[in-house]
Amino acid sequence: MGRENSDMQQATDKDYPPLNLHVPEPKTRPGDKPDFSHIKISPVGAVAKPEHDVSAQDIKDLAFEMVRVMDEHGKPQGEWALELDEEILRKALRAMMRIRAFDKRMMRAQRQGKSSFYMQALGEEAIAVGQQLVLQKGDMNFPTYRQQGLLFAQDFPVMDMMVQIYSNDKDNLGGRQLPVLYSFKQAGHFTISGNLATQYIQAVGWAMASAIKGDRKIATGWIGDGSTAENDFHSGMVFAGVYRAPVILNLVNNQWAISSFQGIAGGEVSTFASRGLGYGIPSLRVDGNDFLAVYAASQWAAERARRNLGPTFIEWVTYRASAHSTSDDPSKYRPKDDWEHWPLGDPIERLKQHMILRGFWSEERHIQAQAEYEDEMRVTAEKAESYGTLHAPKTKRSPAEMFENVFADMPPHLRRQRQEMGV
Amino acid sequence: MDGARDIKMNSKTKSMSMIESIRDAHDVMMGRDDNVVVFGEDAGFFGGVFRCTEGLQQKYGKHRAFDAPISESGIVGAAVGMAAYGLKPCVEIQFADYMYPAYDQIVSEAARLRHRSNGEFTCPLVVRMPVGGGIFGGQTHSQSVEALFTHVVGVKTVMPSNPYDAKGLLIAAIEDPDPVIFLEPKRIYNGPFDGHYERPVVPWSKHEKGMVPEGYYAIPLGKAAIAREGREVTVLTYGTMVHVALAAAEETGIDAEVIDLRTLVPLDLEAIEASVKKTGRCVIIHEATRTSGFGAELSALVQESCFYHLEAPVLRVTGYDTPYPHAQEWDYFPGPARVGEALTKIMEN
Ligand SMILES: Cc1ncc(C[n+]2csc(CCOP(=O)(O)OP(=O)(O)O)c2C)c(N)n1
Ligand SMILES: [Mg+2]
Repeated sequence: MGRENSDMQQATDKDYPPLNLHVPEPKTRPGDKPDFSHIKISPVGAVAKPEHDVSAQDIKDLAFEMVRVMDEHGKPQGEWALELDEEILRKALRAMMRIRAFDKRMMRAQRQGKSSFYMQALGEEAIAVGQQLVLQKGDMNFPTYRQQGLLFAQDFPVMDMMVQIYSNDKDNLGGRQLPVLYSFKQAGHFTISGNLATQYIQAVGWAMASAIKGDRKIATGWIGDGSTAENDFHSGMVFAGVYRAPVILNLVNNQWAISSFQGIAGGEVSTFASRGLGYGIPSLRVDGNDFLAVYAASQWAAERARRNLGPTFIEWVTYRASAHSTSDDPSKYRPKDDWEHWPLGDPIERLKQHMILRGFWSEERHIQAQAEYEDEMRVTAEKAESYGTLHAPKTKRSPAEMFENVFADMPPHLRRQRQEMGV
Repeated sequence: MDGARDIKMNSKTKSMSMIESIRDAHDVMMGRDDNVVVFGEDAGFFGGVFRCTEGLQQKYGKHRAFDAPISESGIVGAAVGMAAYGLKPCVEIQFADYMYPAYDQIVSEAARLRHRSNGEFTCPLVVRMPVGGGIFGGQTHSQSVEALFTHVVGVKTVMPSNPYDAKGLLIAAIEDPDPVIFLEPKRIYNGPFDGHYERPVVPWSKHEKGMVPEGYYAIPLGKAAIAREGREVTVLTYGTMVHVALAAAEETGIDAEVIDLRTLVPLDLEAIEASVKKTGRCVIIHEATRTSGFGAELSALVQESCFYHLEAPVLRVTGYDTPYPHAQEWDYFPGPARVGEALTKIMEN
């Protein structure tokens, strides 16, 4: 050790006790009884719905309370309650149930070695679905890997998603990308990066471009609780606040990063939603498992963006019911039965309850639908597999393809390397 | 360089994977020096996604081994502050592909603290990160980033190829008075990998370098190792590619001398020169992309120092200049066939 490192400064003032480091720790670990008493939940219908042109300061409390619409019987309450058409609700439930069936099938395929990787949205299906249903053609989503709901809410062909997961001949990305890091421009789905948070600021840039050009398109940015620690989250918030970009900035707080709980990302000291206030962005904290609340808050935010009133920051409170990914085992760091005790319930069950209450859905119909969607996913997966899977391709993909789309025009050094490859 | 530093060897050895030997290096150093602290994403309670820091929090407490927010710039930035205070942070970046937000803290800060303060402040920290492909991780879990660090003045860059070296080099890195980038080829965490992906995985327990001394020992930074002695051609390589080079030498029957560089900066030029002057031929292998890769530096040095001994142009076998593809992983990875071709070609001259 060099001289310069050894002279640690000793505090001389003995009037104070020695300092010690605070490291946040979740309330429960494997073997403990689940405990969510730290999650602050407002009563259903208790939160007021502001005008669209509010300032962040006017609605400070909305960053600490929780917008909730459905009561425990599925009955809508309060100012955020909308009388949604039967058709929208059916569409939403169908999308959410199909995601769950799809996830189940794709998990299984990964276990069977047909793909390299998979990530589920179990327990948070309402969020992406609810938001997509208020968007319009031409808007652009900048999703993370857990917003398959944006595609399902548009009835996007699941075949196109599956062939990407299998990296087979029909994969629109030519096998380049890890499973689920989709790119579907025509469906307003930006190419997903594997690097966290980078796309939050890009969503803002896209929205700024729409404003620069005098267009009518808006953008949505997506980030997880854990990823808000990245610098790009801050960049996104600053630019959105400064330029009043027409963007919805979504933060999915599903309580966990991989093995680290939201306290490690700062959730212990304040709500995530409250961070928006410092940037001057109207910010909401919303029950992400309450489809009616998701729809209403998304619609409010989209309306603000379309009327050129600027960005909205929304913390969706939910729970990551599944493992982080197929590479993860959550029983190592949290109680096994956590999700069963999650106070905001299961978004599918809650929407089902509401639809039954409205009189156009039933338990029987629900069970039928579930079987139908599981069947659909099985049949589609079999068809997708007939085009090949990662380790059993139908036709060997030409290695030459990897040199394509590095640049618009292939420069000589890449041409040379491709020739050396002998293809 | 203190290359003459004693390598104190404990006589007892134990079979370890590279994950276990890296974990053991942490354990040894945390036990010896209270100033060693460890943190990173998922690195505390869980012990890291590759489990390299497993058990450290339980053994040394949360104030010395803890989870970090998902902020690579934060992790390295905080480590710089701690190192300047006098601690010895050894931090983990979950995958090298995610180090870019930390790059500014490394290049502009960690690497230059000593120089810009004229020695008043220093930065003895280690930044560990898994590198390389071979696990179907696609473009964001496969990159080899060594050249992005070797080009930076003021940081040392290390890449071990086996459990024995990994432990000794990590201990030396933690003891080093300057910032060290410690690159861990993830494909060989659990066993040597020679590029024959279709064959069953061989565990480290079947390999002599999987026998690791217990307790403290250091392998000095800046010293290469000869992985295979040979007379016909010198192969300069490091990390996973050491095992690929050894396989290619066996398969072609070419008597290659395989040099495992172990440390890229500072580089063991003496060992390189001695070998190339002996064989008169040089093939350089790395998994990283080709253009401006570390192979270019090696090639220039060989040319500068051994030109009159060379009987053939120096050859490079590298990754292609494209992002690491997911499905086409094995077309991309410079396996034993490509390395063998280069060995054969250089012997034709
Ligand atoms: C820059 C970067 N750092 C680290 C990772 C590795 N990583 C992938 S997902 C993840 C956890 C993300 O947690 P969160 O933001 O809460 O999203 P969630 O998975 O819960 O949806 C981590 C650490 C990464 N992909 N990119
Ligand atoms: Mg999360």
